[in-house]
Amino acid sequence: MTDFGVAIEQVETGGRGALRMFFRNKAAAAGLVIFSLIVLITIFGPSIYGTSANKMVAKPFLGPGSDLAPLLGTDYLGRDILAGIIGGGRATLVVAAVAAAMTMTIGIVVGSLAGYFGGWIDALLMRFTEIFQVMPGLLFSMVVIFLLEPGTRNETLAIGLTLWPLAARLARAEFLRLREMEYVKAARAIGCGDLRIMFRTILPNAMPPLLVAATLTVVIAILFHSGLAFLGMVDVNTTSWGSMLGKNRGYALTAWWMVFFPGIAIVVTGLSISLVGDGLQDAFNPKLRGR
Amino acid sequence: MTGHSNGQTPIVEVQGVSKQFSTDHKARVHAVTEVSLHIDHGETLAVVGESGCGKSTLANLVMRLHDVDQGRILLKGVDITDLNPREMRVHRQTLQIIFQDPFASLDPRVQVGISVAEPLRVHKVASREEAIDQVRHLFELVGLEQSMLNNYPHQFSGGQRQRVCIARALALKPELVIADEAVSALDVSVQAQVMNLMLELQQKMGLSYLFISHDLAVVERIAHRVAVMYLGQIVEMGSREQVFRDPRHSYTKRLLRAVPIADPRQRTERALLTGEIPSPVWPAGESPEVVTHTEVESGHWVAEE
Repeated sequence: MTDFGVAIEQVETGGRGALRMFFRNKAAAAGLVIFSLIVLITIFGPSIYGTSANKMVAKPFLGPGSDLAPLLGTDYLGRDILAGIIGGGRATLVVAAVAAAMTMTIGIVVGSLAGYFGGWIDALLMRFTEIFQVMPGLLFSMVVIFLLEPGTRNETLAIGLTLWPLAARLARAEFLRLREMEYVKAARAIGCGDLRIMFRTILPNAMPPLLVAATLTVVIAILFHSGLAFLGMVDVNTTSWGSMLGKNRGYALTAWWMVFFPGIAIVVTGLSISLVGDGLQDAFNPKLRGR
Repeated sequence: MTGHSNGQTPIVEVQGVSKQFSTDHKARVHAVTEVSLHIDHGETLAVVGESGCGKSTLANLVMRLHDVDQGRILLKGVDITDLNPREMRVHRQTLQIIFQDPFASLDPRVQVGISVAEPLRVHKVASREEAIDQVRHLFELVGLEQSMLNNYPHQFSGGQRQRVCIARALALKPELVIADEAVSALDVSVQAQVMNLMLELQQKMGLSYLFISHDLAVVERIAHRVAVMYLGQIVEMGSREQVFRDPRHSYTKRLLRAVPIADPRQRTERALLTGEIPSPVWPAGESPEVVTHTEVESGHWVAEE
């Protein structure tokens, strides 16, 4: 039950209008372009560039522009910084994206149940959420990694388990607000069941702030993963932007390029995702369409 | 005071229904107290009263959107008071509601055609193709263009949206439609159109209406019988003529006198409802006195003062 056939004159419906709204926001369009480039680079970059991120290719401590140095210089072991950035993006982005997806899934399930049903269900779930929320995030995820073992899967799990309370609180707030709306009452009067009301009526209306939160969560997860890598809490054999920062941090004052370029990669990625999130907010508001 | 005028089972019968809401531990809002009424087939009962008198709560109780604290609600003779949402679902085909705010009662992210089709899909009474057919028919019935099926609610005017809501309420071919201030949010010319539509549909489909309103002009136009509500209780009930021409209860008289009259010469005679508005909030353990009714003439019940 999605559309009313082609015979009826189509107004601005669904995807196309949303897409147009998104690209009307120039910053969001730029963000999307940059982010797409970053994704393409992390997918195809390593095979095109050819140099391995873990291999010594030149003398250590070569700055960008010096003789025989790769474009962005080498680190303290003579590894190519550019190769590190190209190769390390994949680990960073995959961990961040999966952790954000996990965060949103747990958050929406917990938050929607708490917000929709209220009462003791709400009280119970929110106390449970608070247990996670009051723990210092970085420490908590370090403990999770300690208890399991370092590795991409457990890093993702640790970040997801740390970040979900924020999403849960947001989802709960949206469900609390929307369940009082008259169209939700109308759905109940029609005879819709709780599940249908929660996921067909309320959730789509709660999606805009949740989607924006999801994009921000990706950014936070990137920073979190970088933080963990910086502290050396990640798999040493996997290069990521964060681990480059961590391994090279001792030389930051003498060889700035070792931490500057991975840092820039994190900032640019984070910024582009934030801009996309901002554009999504406009795109999912049907009232702005067709203007 | 629900003595039926004929032997037929009324479409809905409300027997001594009460509903309270707790504000905090110390006080309770007695929104509806011991209300009894019935509506016959094809009849419009209007419930009038000022804001906060409990008339919307009454609508929600009959619709089973709130649970009843006390009393019974019979739908075509079947007790629906204690049915759980799943058991209630069957009865929702008989009983539908139109809300006050046509801007808030349609999902802003769903094309109106799909909103109107939703009851059909939820109750699995129509396949996708049948649903589309029926929605087209419903649009025609309420006077909307077929080309608007794919539009979003924000592309409609208030009157059009209310027509969409009416179409949605009629999708399951209900016998009783509760109109909770259904025309109050519309401007006067549109109000008349929507009321005419409702009257026309009543004739075509034999609908009964429970018409909740604070607007006496609207009520006088649409109602067969009128119940006047004050602080959660019915103070007077009778046919439209009985209540409007021969009001007996002092509150009804004041309510009727408060209607603006477009004649400056009569201006001085108007007595406004003055004084502090009494509150339906009572401390825990206390409750309002339940009024008793006497039948002053056939079908005309008045609360004793």
